[in-house]
Amino acid sequence: MTTVAEEVTLGRIVGTSAERKEDTALLTGLAKYIDDMSLPGMVWMAIVRSPYAHARIQSVDVSGALAHRDVIAAYSGADLADDWQASLPCAWLPTEETHQPNHRPLAVDEARYVGDGIAVVVAASREAAHDAAELVQVDYDPLPVVVDPERALDEGAPLVHEEFGTNNCYTWKLSAGEVDEEFERADVTVKERYRQQRLIPNAIEPRGVLVQPSPATGELTMWSATQIPHIARVTLSMVTGVPEAKLRVIAPDVGGGFGSKLNVYAEEALALALARRLGRPIKWIETRSEGYLATIHGRDVVQEIELAATAAGKIRAVRVRLTTAMGAYLQLVTPGIPLLGAWLYGGAYDIAAYDFECTGVFTNTTPTDAYRGAGRPEATYAIERAVDALARKVGKDPVELRRLNFIREFPATMASGLTVDSGDYDRHLDAALEILGYDELRTRQADRRELGDTTQLGIGFSTYLEMCGLAPSRILGAIRYGAGGWDAATIHFLPTGTVQVLIGTSPHGQSHVTTFSQIVADRLGIGYDEVEILHGDTAVAPLGMDTYGSRSLTVGGIAVYFAADRILEKARRIAAHQLEVDPGALEYENGTFSANGKAMTTKELALQAWTAHNLPDGMEPGLEASYVFDPENFSWPAGTHVAVVEVDTETGAVDLVRYVAVDDVGKVINPMVVDGQVHGGIAQGIGQALFEEAVYDEDGNLVTSSMVNYLVPSAAELPSFELGRTETPSTTNPLGVKGVGETGTIASTAAVMNAVVDALSPYGITDLEMPATPERVWRAIEGAGR
Amino acid sequence: MRRVSITVNGEEHELELEPRELLVYVLRERLELTGTNVGCDTSSCGACTVLLDGESVKSCTLLGVQADGHEITTIEGLATNGSLHPVQDAFHDEHGLQCGYCTPGFVMATVSLLRETPNPSEEQIRHALEGNLCRCTGYHNIVRAVQAAAGAVEVSR
Repeated sequence: MTTVAEEVTLGRIVGTSAERKEDTALLTGLAKYIDDMSLPGMVWMAIVRSPYAHARIQSVDVSGALAHRDVIAAYSGADLADDWQASLPCAWLPTEETHQPNHRPLAVDEARYVGDGIAVVVAASREAAHDAAELVQVDYDPLPVVVDPERALDEGAPLVHEEFGTNNCYTWKLSAGEVDEEFERADVTVKERYRQQRLIPNAIEPRGVLVQPSPATGELTMWSATQIPHIARVTLSMVTGVPEAKLRVIAPDVGGGFGSKLNVYAEEALALALARRLGRPIKWIETRSEGYLATIHGRDVVQEIELAATAAGKIRAVRVRLTTAMGAYLQLVTPGIPLLGAWLYGGAYDIAAYDFECTGVFTNTTPTDAYRGAGRPEATYAIERAVDALARKVGKDPVELRRLNFIREFPATMASGLTVDSGDYDRHLDAALEILGYDELRTRQADRRELGDTTQLGIGFSTYLEMCGLAPSRILGAIRYGAGGWDAATIHFLPTGTVQVLIGTSPHGQSHVTTFSQIVADRLGIGYDEVEILHGDTAVAPLGMDTYGSRSLTVGGIAVYFAADRILEKARRIAAHQLEVDPGALEYENGTFSANGKAMTTKELALQAWTAHNLPDGMEPGLEASYVFDPENFSWPAGTHVAVVEVDTETGAVDLVRYVAVDDVGKVINPMVVDGQVHGGIAQGIGQALFEEAVYDEDGNLVTSSMVNYLVPSAAELPSFELGRTETPSTTNPLGVKGVGETGTIASTAAVMNAVVDALSPYGITDLEMPATPERVWRAIEGAGR
Repeated sequence: MRRVSITVNGEEHELELEPRELLVYVLRERLELTGTNVGCDTSSCGACTVLLDGESVKSCTLLGVQADGHEITTIEGLATNGSLHPVQDAFHDEHGLQCGYCTPGFVMATVSLLRETPNPSEEQIRHALEGNLCRCTGYHNIVRAVQAAAGAVEVSR
């Protein structure tokens, strides 16, 4: 592994909690989210969705809708069948044999989940479109339904896609070392089974899309509440046949994503196709309850994990089997999600042998895809829960057992095959224990147990290691992902001394504008407010791979850094020419090149580059530079999270009383922003542990069909978080940064559930299904008492 | 259609409304005050919170015609003479927002809370804001912002 050796001398603004540039518009109501936009002549789209989880579509009659006075057009799936050049995209088919169904924006013959689009109506207003959608008559012939991924693999299970003859979408394996031998000679083994319930991402802004056609030129501009304007442009060009060069995609202000907007959706393709057909701007805004059906879900995985260990608790081998629900279709990266965790079921532990296998399964449900953490919360949950189970089995404290197994030498090549660049796991564990006051808490716990207190205390750890910063393109290619993992930046140093930076990542709350401004201001020696960051528009920044997988800083931010380096290289040559010194003789510090008592600033050089009156022979005028950065490795954040819960043994209520998180995300550009990312991530992981669950009934109806019965935690359910930080810089990028966007979610679910199980351990309870609702906890206690 | 008179951010509007029009769409689409956001269809998320005669309400739970004769304050009406309201300042200073979509609702709910309870405890803040959902911040910094605003509102009195 090569290491970027340069010692970076950023630090004037980098490393400080510079105030957020994004806030003013967001705080004053002047932000422009998709639903805040309208265009002259704009009409509204509404989708008719299947109320059946599986049904043959016998007929679709849109005449009732067409008779509505405000309706402009209405189409069935069959009417639009020739509008598509390709299936809605799935960019990640893990094996050559992976079954990929043709996923049309509207179903033609069969509906395969509740919410599957059947017909589309275009009307003069939002209300008229919704009203008219009710007037479309669809004749369904219900078919048998399967919603559980394990039952979907049973002999004779109803088939979601009959043409495949099976619900098995793919099986993917990763194996290294003498796994069977390690299990044979192990003193102790642990075998656990966990269920990752289905989750609904719930970005607070629903999805939406607005398309403006330019009939004279054939150009189409699409605004979409998306995390991925660049990927959407490439793939929607393929789906609709609109030439890529005539398709412009813009992500306006986007109200959160968490993976749910890391997708290419039927409604985007439909809006493009209808704008092309009708020659009018088309707008669609999802209602929340519609989104619960039509926007991807997360998780829905059955996990089996086995550990082989010595009598002392030293883990030798890990074996993992996953059965993971795809839902009815493959969305953008549906089958790849388990692979994002595939290397991580060994956690932060030094093990010798590793065996992983996952099977993706079609079910008559909304497709699953990336939800914050995507594959890595699942992996962390399994190994961190199993490590606690092992600790109980060998009679060790969970902290002691973790220490016994930590990876300690870096770079560390894991049994699963990837190499972790840097880390120091004892340091963040020590820091967390200190914040926690661990020994005293254990004493209090013992006292309450002895007293038979009805409020039992539980302490749960999660010493996670994750991989993010997606990703080295070659590795993505090797695991059959369809695109690269690079990102791009272009810097224009303008003649008046301000700077425009065009980035290929696309923010939706993560503070890219703030963070990247800090990097550029420090690197070019200009003011923080003199940097403008432009993003989310394929016409402004055509190159980019967008925002997901905690990649924006570790990939996109490094592209910004290197583009700034190229600016400085050129500025140095101009300065050397005009000051008549050797370029190597110039010192550079904080925006000024100097030698022999003479100096020029980067701003002066930008003007000189623009006038071009006195440049070195052959030099192109202008001071601008681009860089496309392809990381050589993933990013490897790690940390210790600790949850402290009180469980009311009479009611089963779990109260999360403390939450301590010490993360090592490498160098930090903006501590305030990083803390904010950690807070939000923790809350989502706690949500999975204690509150959230998308439930289908046997007929494939989503029972938790709105925010009323799917419990997104509010402020009242959560404590304040106690944060600490340790820092081992990444050795594979010049800023030393690691990803942070998903760490909290990856770590926290396991910490909370370990705490709940710890509180209940006097009852002999070793596991609970998530979420640990009062009812589940109470029933577990009751069951144990018998 | 029904004729109503609603004062929004100090300005009186005479409007012809359909009885089924929700207040939030009256604000957003008729008056083009798009700062008030819609996050759900079940009155769960609070993104659409505004002040009705100084008290916070979810504007998706009121019909426009119910606001007849009342005063509405939206996020656009909070800053005065170009200066942010202390609650807006506090959300900025404490990083109480990320994507910003829930933010107008939280800010309006906080203004209402501090009017009723000038110095709320953390527990009071968390309970008072439980009708507003945020998916980005984990509420940690929102609570800090409300605490900071409580101090600031106090000082500015």
